Amino acid sequence: MTRSTIELPVTAADVRIARYAAAAIALSVAEAAIPLPLPGVKPGLGNIITLMVLARWGWREAAWVALLRVFAASLVLGQFLAPGFFLSLSGALISLAVLALAQHLPARWFGPVSHSVLAAFGHFAGQLLVARLWLVPHDGIFYLLPVFAFAAVLFGTVNGLVAAYLVRHAPSRPV
Amino acid sequence: MKLAWHEWRAGFRPGDALVVAGGLLVCVVSALSLWQGGVARWAEVRAGGKVVARLSLNQPADIAVDGPLGPTRVQVEPGRARVFSDPGPRQYCVLQGWLTRAGAVAICAPNEVSLRLLGDSPAYDTLNY
Repeated sequence: MTRSTIELPVTAADVRIARYAAAAIALSVAEAAIPLPLPGVKPGLGNIITLMVLARWGWREAAWVALLRVFAASLVLGQFLAPGFFLSLSGALISLAVLALAQHLPARWFGPVSHSVLAAFGHFAGQLLVARLWLVPHDGIFYLLPVFAFAAVLFGTVNGLVAAYLVRHAPSRPV
Repeated sequence: MKLAWHEWRAGFRPGDALVVAGGLLVCVVSALSLWQGGVARWAEVRAGGKVVARLSLNQPADIAVDGPLGPTRVQVEPGRARVFSDPGPRQYCVLQGWLTRAGAVAICAPNEVSLRLLGDSPAYDTLNY
């Protein structure tokens, strides 16, 4: 057997991203088993990991983890390239854009809970936008906006508190 | 790992309360502005396809509209309206009782009279694409 001529050096950051992404994917898959009253409203437990990575390692690695989660979780769940995948992807992209701005808020006053709630709003805005433009071509979908907004506040706060807890207590190397 | 309340509270910073409050405000404002459309404000009465009366639901009213079979009586009370009596044979529009939501319609087909509630913004009665 000839030795491969392609060298793919694995950095410490790569290993870290892979580990965090694996944890996020596991949470997303576990969450898919929870019955939900309304399509589009879900806790988004995988985002806890994104927030944790953001707090510890910065936005770039958080973006890697979030996008790997969207792609891999949809593959595992058989949702890849289905409408749900595009909703997840647009939500993740918008919420990453929001986090890119939100991370510059003064850390003394704004922690993971703020990041989480703001990102949750970004997430549902992204989803709603794609849903409106593509899946539901009339404005009836905005009738559900208050429901989505409330879910964003509720789950955003809970996820943010969990992320804040993990940032302070979890070992820096994910198991 | 012991879960203590103060451990969780420690992750909550002052600005976070501001963000959560802002988020709740968005919920309330959007609910108030988007879910008002369902509140009926006007009752529109048609006979033979033409609008013969447009009554505010703020005050009680009682009108009679003439159709081919005879008079249909429409009654309005604050926030609701109904067809009180109709000369039609099956009385469907009367049996519908009080209408309260915008977009609700009671049609007395034999007498060609209809009662419809309207909100501030036009509601859809059908959608297709």
